[in-house]
Amino acid sequence: MNDGLVILDPTAERDEATGRPLADALPAGTGARIALLDIRKPRGDVFLDEIERLLRERGHEVQRTAKPTFTKPAPADLRREIAEHCDAVIEALAD
Amino acid sequence: MEVIALVKHDCETCATLAPALEAAAIAGAPVRMVSQSNEAETRAFAERVGLTTVPELDEGLALSERLDPEAVPAVVLLDGDEEQDRVEGLHRARLEALFAAAGATLPRDGLPEIKPGCASITQEPEVAARLAAKRARAAGRIRARELDLGALEDPFEALHQRGLSDGLPVVPPTPERVVALLEHTSRDPQDLVGVVPPYGGQATVEKVAINAVMAGCAGPELPLVLAAVEAACREAFALHGLIATTHPAGPVVIVSGPYADEAGMNARGNALGQGNRANGTIGRALQLVARNVGGGRPGVEDRAAHGQPGKVGAAFAERLEDSPFDGLAQDRGVPADETGITLVAAEAPRLLLDQLAREPEGLCASLATALESIAHPKQRLAWDGLVVLGPEHGRIFREAGWNRARVRDRLFALTTSPARDIVRGAGGSPEGVEERFVTDPDMPVAKFAAPDRILLAYAGGDAGLFSMVYGSWAAGEIGSAPQSVSVEPWR
Repeated sequence: MNDGLVILDPTAERDEATGRPLADALPAGTGARIALLDIRKPRGDVFLDEIERLLRERGHEVQRTAKPTFTKPAPADLRREIAEHCDAVIEALAD
Repeated sequence: MEVIALVKHDCETCATLAPALEAAAIAGAPVRMVSQSNEAETRAFAERVGLTTVPELDEGLALSERLDPEAVPAVVLLDGDEEQDRVEGLHRARLEALFAAAGATLPRDGLPEIKPGCASITQEPEVAARLAAKRARAAGRIRARELDLGALEDPFEALHQRGLSDGLPVVPPTPERVVALLEHTSRDPQDLVGVVPPYGGQATVEKVAINAVMAGCAGPELPLVLAAVEAACREAFALHGLIATTHPAGPVVIVSGPYADEAGMNARGNALGQGNRANGTIGRALQLVARNVGGGRPGVEDRAAHGQPGKVGAAFAERLEDSPFDGLAQDRGVPADETGITLVAAEAPRLLLDQLAREPEGLCASLATALESIAHPKQRLAWDGLVVLGPEHGRIFREAGWNRARVRDRLFALTTSPARDIVRGAGGSPEGVEERFVTDPDMPVAKFAAPDRILLAYAGGDAGLFSMVYGSWAAGEIGSAPQSVSVEPWR
């Protein structure tokens, strides 16, 4: 056995968060402003149309948004717009 | 004035000179005998050569490093910090002069006139590497956090356990190895190469070098790895999506230019396979950077449904000496006299065989069948194709005088199909273009968005009427655009 070995950290040395903080739950009832984010995968719109119908039936306000392409993260401006105008966001993830 | 005499225990010239040095000290000469060896070795040395006191030790080799002798005994005359004279090895007349300058006398009884010394311990590769690493840390060239592996830990197992490997053993990135690798670039280790998705880790030259050591790079591959990381971190390459996708694609590094040879890369037989260190480690280093600096781990951030073997790492060189074309990187903007890399987000390659091909038109028809099948024959415009022509296929284009543009244009034309063949349901398969977009069933629909979305490279062994065809990940503006960058800024 060796006397112990020093190696250099190959990572970006970011501190691991122990968990993501959860936002407060939306209050029960109607009137929440909910963003539906279409990530631009085929048929994601079909899924979101149905979610929109159900949300509106329950008296919520719905804002439809979309990423320019599913291959890239949502642009910062889009994320900011959703955060400013909506209480929650639902993403349609897959095909 | 002070005389420092560096000695080591296993040097016979030191053994010859040491008693005279001690006698001089006893007679009042301002001489300090300092041993490069450890305490036990030094004690044994003193006993063997008959010294009355054990020489002091050069702790951490600090004095040896400062005086930096090639050989011992090294007798140095210092006035304060300033060196006035030095004798390495035993040269009686010069030593007498040095002692005289210090106002002292060296007893000459039994000393030979001349006897060559032995290599200073600081010249031993292992010690030199340790000292270089220490200097790099002190100068701020190396800033990465040090991780201590315990004496009872197997370093290879420890690196697996800490989640730092791709599943194969990695070379432990000791400071010595990393500092030695950094000799292969002129860049400052703290220069930023790119910000690596998905978590935005900063890939400095140092961090890339650490991962390159782990991947098994020998040294000259480093500039190629740095160029590949630069290319991967460009926004248009969309590495975030490439890591996160369910698709099997991964980055493929294609090196075009003379530096490929200098780095020991293989452009010939089995270029896309195993057995060549540079080919094997360059792609792997890039993937380790994505994992360790970017934070993209298979099964966590990397959602690939299957993946493919090239995701361990994929790199090969172009065989430019008899290529029908210029280099791929040079075609895409890297200056003709520079070595460039092209990074493509691609799936595993597959064989296209045409052993009867003798003229370019027929060979294009065969290649088109493989290009058509990328992702699905009815998938259109969303994919790039990469063809690695083998030499026996490439020769057909070369001898017929077909250049890259002509081959590309012909392949583009041959991969264009009438709308009726690519509509959903055609041929019994559900995939395809929605019927509402098809106004004219005879309308030609191209496979690729443009002829230059068919990338042509040239590599492989002398025999075999084969080419290899890769499909890309989602391509172009909606996905990943291939990136070509020069290696020169990273050398």
